[in-house]
Amino acid sequence: MPKIIIDSKEIEFKQGQTIIEAARENGIDIPHFCWHPKLSVSGNCRVCLVEVEKMPKLVISCATLAADGMVVNTRSEKTLSARRAVMEFILINHPLDCPICDEAGECKLQDYAYSHSVGESRFVEEKAHNIKRTEIGPRIMFDAERCISCSRCIRFSSEIAGANQLTFTKRGDRVTISTFPGESFDNPYSMNTVDICPVGALTNKDFRFKSRVWEMSATKSICTGCSRGCNIDIWVRNNKIMRLTPRNNEQVNADWMCDNGRINSFKFVNAEDRIDSVQVRKEGFLQPVTWEEGIKTAAVSLKKFKPHEIAFIGSPYATNEDNYLMAKLAKALGVQNISIIQHSVEGDCDDILIREDKTPNLTGAALAGIRPNYNGFSLNQLVDGIRQKKIKAVYIIEDDLYSIAGADEKAFANLELLIVNSSNRNKTTLSADIVFPASTFAEKNGTFVNFAGVVQRIRPAVATAEMDRALDGMEMSKWDKFGTKFDRWMQGEKKDAKPTWRIITQIGEQLGMKFKYEMAENVFDEMSGAIKEFAGTDYDKIGSEGLKLKSEKIAVNV
Amino acid sequence: MSGMKRKKDLTFLQRIYLPEIVKGLKLTLTNMFRPNVTLQYPEQKFTPPASYRGRPVLVEDKGNAERCVACGLCARVCPALAIEVQASETENEKERYPVKFEINMLRCIFCGFCEEVCPEEAIVMSKDYELVFSKRSDAIYGKDKLLVPIDNLKDRLEFLRNFK
Ligand code: SF4
Ligand code: SF4
Ligand code: SF4
Ligand code: SF4
Repeated sequence: MPKIIIDSKEIEFKQGQTIIEAARENGIDIPHFCWHPKLSVSGNCRVCLVEVEKMPKLVISCATLAADGMVVNTRSEKTLSARRAVMEFILINHPLDCPICDEAGECKLQDYAYSHSVGESRFVEEKAHNIKRTEIGPRIMFDAERCISCSRCIRFSSEIAGANQLTFTKRGDRVTISTFPGESFDNPYSMNTVDICPVGALTNKDFRFKSRVWEMSATKSICTGCSRGCNIDIWVRNNKIMRLTPRNNEQVNADWMCDNGRINSFKFVNAEDRIDSVQVRKEGFLQPVTWEEGIKTAAVSLKKFKPHEIAFIGSPYATNEDNYLMAKLAKALGVQNISIIQHSVEGDCDDILIREDKTPNLTGAALAGIRPNYNGFSLNQLVDGIRQKKIKAVYIIEDDLYSIAGADEKAFANLELLIVNSSNRNKTTLSADIVFPASTFAEKNGTFVNFAGVVQRIRPAVATAEMDRALDGMEMSKWDKFGTKFDRWMQGEKKDAKPTWRIITQIGEQLGMKFKYEMAENVFDEMSGAIKEFAGTDYDKIGSEGLKLKSEKIAVNV
Repeated sequence: MSGMKRKKDLTFLQRIYLPEIVKGLKLTLTNMFRPNVTLQYPEQKFTPPASYRGRPVLVEDKGNAERCVACGLCARVCPALAIEVQASETENEKERYPVKFEINMLRCIFCGFCEEVCPEEAIVMSKDYELVFSKRSDAIYGKDKLLVPIDNLKDRLEFLRNFK
């Protein structure tokens, strides 16, 4: 392997790597604005200048190929003074906006101004002014004054999103980015530019001014918007989700996520229509009851039916653990009628990230024992069976019966018992006999398997009534750490919900079965022993990067 | 005790005590006729100098507008976590303002860090030291109690300009 010396450290590199790439792989950070590991090299910001021995001038490390025997100095006086000069130049026309800028706290320019700048400006003239608030796209605000013309957003749009929507216009200190006339910056991946914009020129309209970045906790999780299962961070403040951002995972989503997942896949967690107590139908009306009473009623009611009169409907929105226990409960009761509802939107997909299957865990549910047409039992048979009063009781988790294609308002009128675990109200919860408030993906531990067979973990970011941030090992912001019950910010709402696997565990116990699970991890450990695809895996091995399951036949045949 | 050595070498005048007594009486007498500094609080009130750090307040500019842009820096720097700010967007040039601004006066330790960090000179220490509550929740002051017209804060703002 060829070798290069950077700051007197000898490192090996692969032929074709640039200096900045070789340095980065070996933990040497060369400052950069316009360079991005996933984008083409533009070389316009000049902040990555380094000194290379035997070269007459400084070179930009993002566009200079490393060569065998090269001696690079990223900290020589010459390099540092060039870097300071570039910083001073970029800051000349940059507004002093940090206090009102959403990027502050995660801003490359702000960080470099601390670490690579002198802290004072010699520029006494009036700064160039520009338009401050432009809706450059339906989900993005553009502040032309803050833009440092790095072209990352332009390159992202054409190279990654495949939508050549942005370009530079004008020259010199008036240069700015713009969409082509009459067009809007609206591609389905546009909001990734908010993350990669090194300054606060592009901001997320959905998150704008909602919180400062240092006030939130970030929890590693998985987006539930489709079966890609993009890795994300859930940002929470006062026990409320503020935003989602993509998290790097090369085997799943690289550095990106789609706009729909980013802004639409978490709103239901904060929504008004969350179910806030266990409910049992008494004299025709759903009445709030205690968990104990609800669990007992569910167990007693299920017992009244013969196994072939009962149907269990799992959920591709629920975790492997949830579905596995549902399958286990079905088995223990002798229930054969098991199915799951699919939520695919035909044609709504691309070859970047977006998948037709709009649920995160259809594959996992199938592995856990709940698949469409299980034992030849289809959803049509379910609807017909109910109509003909062959099926009299249904237990459904985290889904809506009425989303079954062809099921009309009266399709389930004949049911004698309908039990549902659901986080939010829907048609099923309104017509149910027993309703359990279920924790959402942001409130529990668990695993999903994406369409390609990668098993990944979700972690609780929002605390429910039964949880305590500190004791349950959840991520905490400074305010979470030092808050008391008398502080307003600690009084954020905690929903009285439980994860589906725990609700089923309690029903199982009530029915006299040996269901002894304290944590989602206990369920998973049992699964890894019982299901061959999961053999040898555990929560630690899955970690935050996920594990590709080894089975050949992972894809669900439907 | 018996082994303790007494200081024997007092002068004659010291030994007779009288001059010292006269000195003491003189001090007492001069103080008796000095102007009275005790304030009959709460009937009479103490007005502190501009350097005094009473409860932090928000500056209300002319035209009923707060200066605060809800940047949250005061909340970040506050060692006692007394401040909670929630920003929102306005049509004004400064783009953002605090929809909610709360200081928990039971948490505040009157350090003045918030005043020091504020980029807008929007939060300053006032002369108000009268903080009485009967409930914990009463101690959380919202914008209604925090906003003070700029005219009442001239002293402090001038002090800051000279000495900050
Ligand atoms: S882009 Fe960065 S440096 Fe510029 S105002 Fe925003 S936070 Fe400050
Ligand atoms: S908007 Fe941001 S990403 Fe785009 S050119 Fe300007 S600074 Fe770079
Ligand atoms: S004076 Fe100190 S303790 Fe009080 S609010 Fe300001 S920063 Fe916090
Ligand atoms: S530091 Fe000043 S401008 Fe920022 S939130 Fe506090 S009072 Fe408002």
